[in-house]
Amino acid sequence: MTAWLLDLPLALGLFGAGAATLAARSLFGAVLGFISTGLIAALVWVRLEAPDVALTEAVIGAAATSVIILYVASRISGGASAPAPPPIAQRLLAATFSVLLAALLAHALQALPDPAPSLAAPILKTMAPSGLGNPVTAVLMVQRALDTLLESAVLVFAVFAIWSMAPERRWGRAPGPAFIAEPQGPLAFLAKVLPPIGMVIGIYIAWVGADAPGGKFQGGAVLAAMWVLPWIAGLTAPPSISDMRLRLAIAAGPLVFLIVGLAGFAWAEGFLAYPPGFAKPLILLIETAMTLSVAAALACMIAGPPERRAQP
Amino acid sequence: MSLLVSIFAAIAVLAGAFFFVAGTLGLLRFGDTLSRVHALTKADNLGLGLIVLGLLPLADSITDALKLVVIWALVLLGGTTAAQLVAGAVRREQDPPS
Repeated sequence: MTAWLLDLPLALGLFGAGAATLAARSLFGAVLGFISTGLIAALVWVRLEAPDVALTEAVIGAAATSVIILYVASRISGGASAPAPPPIAQRLLAATFSVLLAALLAHALQALPDPAPSLAAPILKTMAPSGLGNPVTAVLMVQRALDTLLESAVLVFAVFAIWSMAPERRWGRAPGPAFIAEPQGPLAFLAKVLPPIGMVIGIYIAWVGADAPGGKFQGGAVLAAMWVLPWIAGLTAPPSISDMRLRLAIAAGPLVFLIVGLAGFAWAEGFLAYPPGFAKPLILLIETAMTLSVAAALACMIAGPPERRAQP
Repeated sequence: MSLLVSIFAAIAVLAGAFFFVAGTLGLLRFGDTLSRVHALTKADNLGLGLIVLGLLPLADSITDALKLVVIWALVLLGGTTAAQLVAGAVRREQDPPS
């Protein structure tokens, strides 16, 4: 009965971090508030016994997104003029709608029948043929495989959108700005020591997703970080955006997923169905390709479109 | 035996929590950036180290215990690098290279 000792500070902290993000005076302060909100949200998911969601929130919501907006914030704060804050009426309107939406969601949550309707029991019953031990992965790869396929395609389109921001004359160069190397600096040290360890951990998280919390997005994000780190330290340069190997790595996930899905017409009951007995190896094949794609796509999203190279 | 282990775990985790509170206090109250970085890294290194030490005897298996130690080592590595980067930025700000 002491659970509230842990849950109350977490709930208050989540509200506090959200409020701090909105009330922050500086762009940088707002970004820090956003990172804190993501980290506390990840802990809240752990308390709700949803470790898969917690991992994704920590790795995508708190880490990868934060790196991107931190970078954007530092870029636009160097500009000639700060953008004027929106007029008070617009802000009041936005606040009203946000409060209204939150109230509606809270009401919907309160109105749920007890126990809440759930598909958990039938899914646990039908999980055996897939050979997976983690029900979350089973839902993502078997019952809702179409959603996962579309999700993996979204990543490819996101990279398209970012690359298309590049000016014509820089098309075909390496993504992102060039970072000045400081070979004796702490960042270069980290970029040399951490990637071998991080790659093992990233692959482990992706692999363990079949039977325990983890999976392609969480593992792929760790791999992306290990790939980006030497770029930021200036030790290596990212491949050119017209490099076929990079493009293939980004597209591998949806491509393999689609091929396996189409093969389902010939060998199983239809699109995205697995032939009996082959579910586990096929799911592993898709997961491997998707881990590669998530890693490559996230790394390209963090790097951004090709930019002017810094003078050494 | 199990009572001794529980007492050891409780003492170590409480000591670790103390360092986190002290580090947070330092982060909020210390006057300059370098002192704040110092307070923060103490919390990371000693605080998390003691909490991991307390949790080690409670781990279900050797693998779980090893994972805890690896997490601590990675936080050490990340925290140290971040502290060095912040300190380097402060130094560059105070006397910029000509």
